[in-house]
Amino acid sequence: NLNIHNIQFRRSMLNNRMRNPSADISGPSPLFEDTSTGSPPGGHRGQDKGPVNYPGQSLLSDPMSNLAMAYGSSLATQGKEMMDKNLDRFIPISKLKYYFAVDTLYVGKKLGLLVFPYMHQNWEVSYQQDTPVAPRFDINAPDLYIPVMGFITYVLVAGLALGTQNRFTPEILGMQASSALVWLIIEVLATLLSLYLVTVNTDLTTIDLVAFSGYKYVGMIMGVLSGLLFGRTGYYLSLLWCCLSIFVFMIRTLRLKILSEAAAEGVLVRGAKNQLRMYLTMAIAAAQPVFMYWLTFHLVR
Amino acid sequence: MAFTLYALIQTAILLTNAVAVLHEERFLSKIGWGADQGIGGFGDEPGIKAQLLNLIRSVRTVMRVPLIAVNSVCIVLLLLFG
Repeated sequence: NLNIHNIQFRRSMLNNRMRNPSADISGPSPLFEDTSTGSPPGGHRGQDKGPVNYPGQSLLSDPMSNLAMAYGSSLATQGKEMMDKNLDRFIPISKLKYYFAVDTLYVGKKLGLLVFPYMHQNWEVSYQQDTPVAPRFDINAPDLYIPVMGFITYVLVAGLALGTQNRFTPEILGMQASSALVWLIIEVLATLLSLYLVTVNTDLTTIDLVAFSGYKYVGMIMGVLSGLLFGRTGYYLSLLWCCLSIFVFMIRTLRLKILSEAAAEGVLVRGAKNQLRMYLTMAIAAAQPVFMYWLTFHLVR
Repeated sequence: MAFTLYALIQTAILLTNAVAVLHEERFLSKIGWGADQGIGGFGDEPGIKAQLLNLIRSVRTVMRVPLIAVNSVCIVLLLLFG
């Protein structure tokens, strides 16, 4: 009788506890309640053969193991917090989240902008109290979603293209991926170095540069796909189109970030400093078609 | 043309070693790239040459000690694994 009451009492306490998990439990809410009723005699750690309660709960009702469980879960939470804090020092996770705040509409418009940037008028990134607006709300903001997806799709399309020429082995997928990644890293480092040498005061972060360098994968994928469908002519034509588009896109985007405000209006300011910056912008933009050709020509026969 | 990440690391180590072995007074001063010859006036723009000299000097100062460790690790690994 006492047993049944005990079980029902426990069950109701369990449901109660599970319904409001934001109680004083730290970490994952343990599926037991702490009760001091019906504890086994002595303070020994509960074995399976608890005398009063049904087996399985005897371990959990022992106050010693209760304490141990609570301590263990609080330790786990502390460890998790410390690891998060340390990881945040190396890889800025909160900043990365900004670059992935996209939605379908943004992705569609941005892809359209990458292949046809000629009609777009306003290339300024809008700010909201000194922080840039999330990409979801501003089409000019750089994001990392398209570059990452483009990179993965490029590797898959490269495998597909090599497969149609009977040159496919599973190892070359890894080789293509690491080659493209290495070229990306080299390009970002070269851009960083040249930005440092020209002492340009810009708010371009490294992740912004990775994003801008990753936009060319879209053009590469289109080139290779049309090369697969229409042969070499199709490849060259679509590659030419995408190269021009990416060139114009990069120039119009980087002009606002690298050049000073006067030159960005379109007024050609004569001065060694602005001329150098213009050359730098054009060099960065011209490197994109070169890389696009270099990374795809061996895929299309 | 197939680059691996390991090739990139090797390139980085070799380039950093190359910058670190440039001797200050035997070489850099002779060609006018010494540490005291880069600081021009106190105008607003340092200019490319000053930036480059600054970069070389800071790389040499910062990377001296880590390069010792990295080179030793590289030597051991190359001896063991060819």
